[in-house]
Amino acid sequence: MSFIAHEPSSDVVIDLIDAVAVLGSFPALAGATLSVRRGEIVLLQGPNGAGKTTLLRLCAGLIPLERGQGYVLGVDLKNDRELVRHRVGVIGHNNGLYADLTVTENVRFWGRTVGATHGEVDAALQRMGLNGRLADLPVSRLSAGQKRRTALAGLVARRAELWLLDEPHAGLDAAGRDELDQVLKMAASAGATVVVASHELERAGQLATRQVEVVAGQVRELGAS
Amino acid sequence: MSRSLQGSAGVIATARLIAAKDLRVERRSRVLLNQVLPFALIVMVMFAFALDSDAVLERVAPGLVWLATLFSVLVMVSRSFAVETADGALDQLRSAGVPATGIFIGKMLALMAQLLVLVALLVGAAVVLYRASFSWEGGVLLVTTAIAATCGLAAVGTLYGGLAAGAKGRETLLPLLLLPVVAPVLIGATRATESAFGTNGIAISEGWPWFGLLAVFAVLFSVAGAVAFGPLLDD
Repeated sequence: MSFIAHEPSSDVVIDLIDAVAVLGSFPALAGATLSVRRGEIVLLQGPNGAGKTTLLRLCAGLIPLERGQGYVLGVDLKNDRELVRHRVGVIGHNNGLYADLTVTENVRFWGRTVGATHGEVDAALQRMGLNGRLADLPVSRLSAGQKRRTALAGLVARRAELWLLDEPHAGLDAAGRDELDQVLKMAASAGATVVVASHELERAGQLATRQVEVVAGQVRELGAS
Repeated sequence: MSRSLQGSAGVIATARLIAAKDLRVERRSRVLLNQVLPFALIVMVMFAFALDSDAVLERVAPGLVWLATLFSVLVMVSRSFAVETADGALDQLRSAGVPATGIFIGKMLALMAQLLVLVALLVGAAVVLYRASFSWEGGVLLVTTAIAATCGLAAVGTLYGGLAAGAKGRETLLPLLLLPVVAPVLIGATRATESAFGTNGIAISEGWPWFGLLAVFAVLFSVAGAVAFGPLLDD
């Protein structure tokens, strides 16, 4: 049982208590309890089908909370899950980029979905090291790592407070993985909270400040990395 | 604290953002210019070869213009949603809480703008290839018909494009879904264009009731699409 308060100033970003989420008739999350504080990088590990992606989708407000309690950024997932969506950034196997547009145009597009200014978009590009020559390249000409960085710059431009990443290292070469880890550490140090579902335990484990295991729809604490 | 584009101002801002993005993607990729417009022109030329009679071509020119438009709509709608689904952008938009109504209106407006260019070209082709002609008054009817018809086609195309976007075999599913629904547009636009061209001596005044049908169709599907697009994407 969690006793953490849910007032807006609270440091708790995710607070799930016996959360149940159903996919079709199958309870993909069966009483999951998880608390994540601001600035943490949490690694979700566990076998395929254990409920990691469902947990991320629940926290993003994309699927309903059937039973239990769930608060993300102080928003009650049971009643107002749509309200959390614009404050959360979700990146799964795809990056959500437009191949024909340049890096800057993509980041500007995602920034403008929340009314970001040109200055804020430029700052996001700079923070992700995407200014200069890369900024004017069409996304179709980027490496997998650069595409992932562009997608994350979109989250920065959107000022997403909670980053939910599903297998973010998949498809990246060693350099791309290093780049990604640096970006995620930088984001967390800047106040974003990052939850990563990954099978790459060694790499993601080094990145994470805390690890939890999802097994059969329940969450088990593994402790600090 | 993050902000969001909510409410009616958010819908309008989102629609402008999406429409501008779609038109920018087209400007970069030139799919309309290099593929769809040549395709539509080839269809018009093939009709001319198949019918091979000036008198017949002049009589059926309005129908051929709109048939070629319908075939092209299928390609354009597929392209419009392929851009969104290729790297999961449509899912990201919904995940980010971007208003679905704004997405619908934006994609519809971009599609409509491209369709208007296409129809203008096809009318020009009908004049050159099929010897179609129209007066100043006929031109007014033609322009208003094109606006109403392309609005209806864009609304239905965007709605069904969104429905088919996540489905397996969407390339074959889309024509099955779309063509029966847009039959009233084909009929109404053809009749109104016949009046505008004066085909078989039909008076221009006879075309305006058909324009009315097209306008009602466009309004109905625009409203239905704006309301249904969000639930449809979430499902």
